[in-house]
Amino acid sequence: MDVVDVLWRLLAVLLAFLLLPLIVGQAEHKAMAHMQGRVGPMYAGGFHGWAQLVADGVKFAQKEDIVPGGADRRVFQLAPAIALLPYLIVLIAIPVGDGDQVGQVVDAGVFFVLAVMGVGVLGSLMGGWASANKFSLLGGLRTAAQLLAYELPMLLAAASVAMAAGTLSLPGILDAWQWWWLPWQIIGGLVFFTAGLAELQRPPFDAPVADSEIIFGAYTEYTGLRFALFLLAEYAGIVVLSALTAVLFLGGWHGPAAGELGWVWTLLKTAALAFVVIWLRVSYPRLREDQIQRVAWTVLVPLALLQIALTGVVKVVIQ
Amino acid sequence: MAGPSPDHRPSRKPSGRPSFPGSGLAKGLAVTLRTMTRRSVTAHYPDVQPELPPRSRGVIGLFEENCTVCMLCARECPDWCIYIDSHKETMPAATPGGRERSRNVLDRFAIDFALCMYCGICIDVCPFDALFWSPEFEYAETDIRDLTHERDKLREWMWTVPEPPPLDPAAEEPKELGAARKAADKLAAQQAEPEQQQAAAPDGQDRSGPEGRSQPEGPSGPGGASGQDGASGPDKREQGGDS
Repeated sequence: MDVVDVLWRLLAVLLAFLLLPLIVGQAEHKAMAHMQGRVGPMYAGGFHGWAQLVADGVKFAQKEDIVPGGADRRVFQLAPAIALLPYLIVLIAIPVGDGDQVGQVVDAGVFFVLAVMGVGVLGSLMGGWASANKFSLLGGLRTAAQLLAYELPMLLAAASVAMAAGTLSLPGILDAWQWWWLPWQIIGGLVFFTAGLAELQRPPFDAPVADSEIIFGAYTEYTGLRFALFLLAEYAGIVVLSALTAVLFLGGWHGPAAGELGWVWTLLKTAALAFVVIWLRVSYPRLREDQIQRVAWTVLVPLALLQIALTGVVKVVIQ
Repeated sequence: MAGPSPDHRPSRKPSGRPSFPGSGLAKGLAVTLRTMTRRSVTAHYPDVQPELPPRSRGVIGLFEENCTVCMLCARECPDWCIYIDSHKETMPAATPGGRERSRNVLDRFAIDFALCMYCGICIDVCPFDALFWSPEFEYAETDIRDLTHERDKLREWMWTVPEPPPLDPAAEEPKELGAARKAADKLAAQQAEPEQQQAAAPDGQDRSGPEGRSQPEGPSGPGGASGQDGASGPDKREQGGDS
């Protein structure tokens, strides 16, 4: 692997990282609007407001960057980067197509990806603690509670797929994937996706940011570009979660004409899942903090364990 | 944690038929998806003009040819936003030896739309049909003083006053029409009278004297009064038709 090849891959990953979250954000603008009988942004860029997020970015960049007087300056300023960068790093390890169509093959890919995704949540924790604001602190605490509760079912569900494939490598899992894994791993897939939603603090699991009760939680004190980075992290998180779910549970690049069009299949499945993320946000009200905890411990964890048991039994029977 | 479940579960029970767990969630998803496939209800106002109902209260137009400076509108206006100035002019006698007539001449008629609360009382109260609603509403100004529309501007709004909407199918006949028909009948009867005189015997002529006629004419007294209204009523429509 020479330097040019590495650079080309990194560039592709960076481009995807910069572009896909914006596409998801714009899709959310429009899909959410139409689901509510509105039309959403219509002016920015001329055609159906396609450049709305660019305009938003310009607006954010113009705003003053404020650090509160009592804040822990360093941590406060570092938090948005901590929230955003892990998703960029995760993207490197996600296979888009067959063979070497992946930023970098990581042998323990599943663990790498899940571990780094968990780091992203630390950004919210840091922001919540460092802001010297009670709402931020509340948001940070809720984030911590949510992270603890949902990391477990997410990990268990991913472990089920790894068990089925007999490998922790993401390309390896896809190589072993068969179509009947779809019904076999469906419970794990649902648990993984739901838990991922909760980790991203997306509605209906958005109690940590709950703008109407704790005014955006950990992000309360953030302004301008740093706030925009937090928002961007949310959408990058959607992309990463959707891509991961597609790779682990929906067969990634598998599909008709997978030889040449494998990457199209991955993107399509990711887009469909991202749409579901948006759809859930529009359809459901926010869960209360205790309800969020109860869903994690009494529903998702048992389901994930059930999936692991099922995977083990089927695996043994096949062999 | 035990608290929320009692107040959460009973709310599902009364909904009746036993439902599949999660069917409520699916229903929620179905509603949003269905809404997405339908046309949005957003009004694209600056790009597309709204379709306003015919009686929209946008701005008040002054048909100053009908105004007699009776000041009723200004006096009835709840927030005193109508300004009227006038003076009296003396008209020379129409016939030699006759008396001179005086009449009011309108000098200023202005409505301050910054004060106006669009109650429409001035329009209701105007006995000479000089004030009308127009659905035009785009007359925002950057200076509040420009919201006082003077007489020429109010006259310009008259061109935007729409034709009155047609009556409902089962509606009562407008009294202008009734009055006009009564007048027409009367005219026809007067024209028919000479023919009857020729056809009938001479002794019938005594009964059809002025006293005999006055009795059927009695109810037409108020009808005659409304006939004057009717004279200005069709005028109102023609005005709208011009615009």
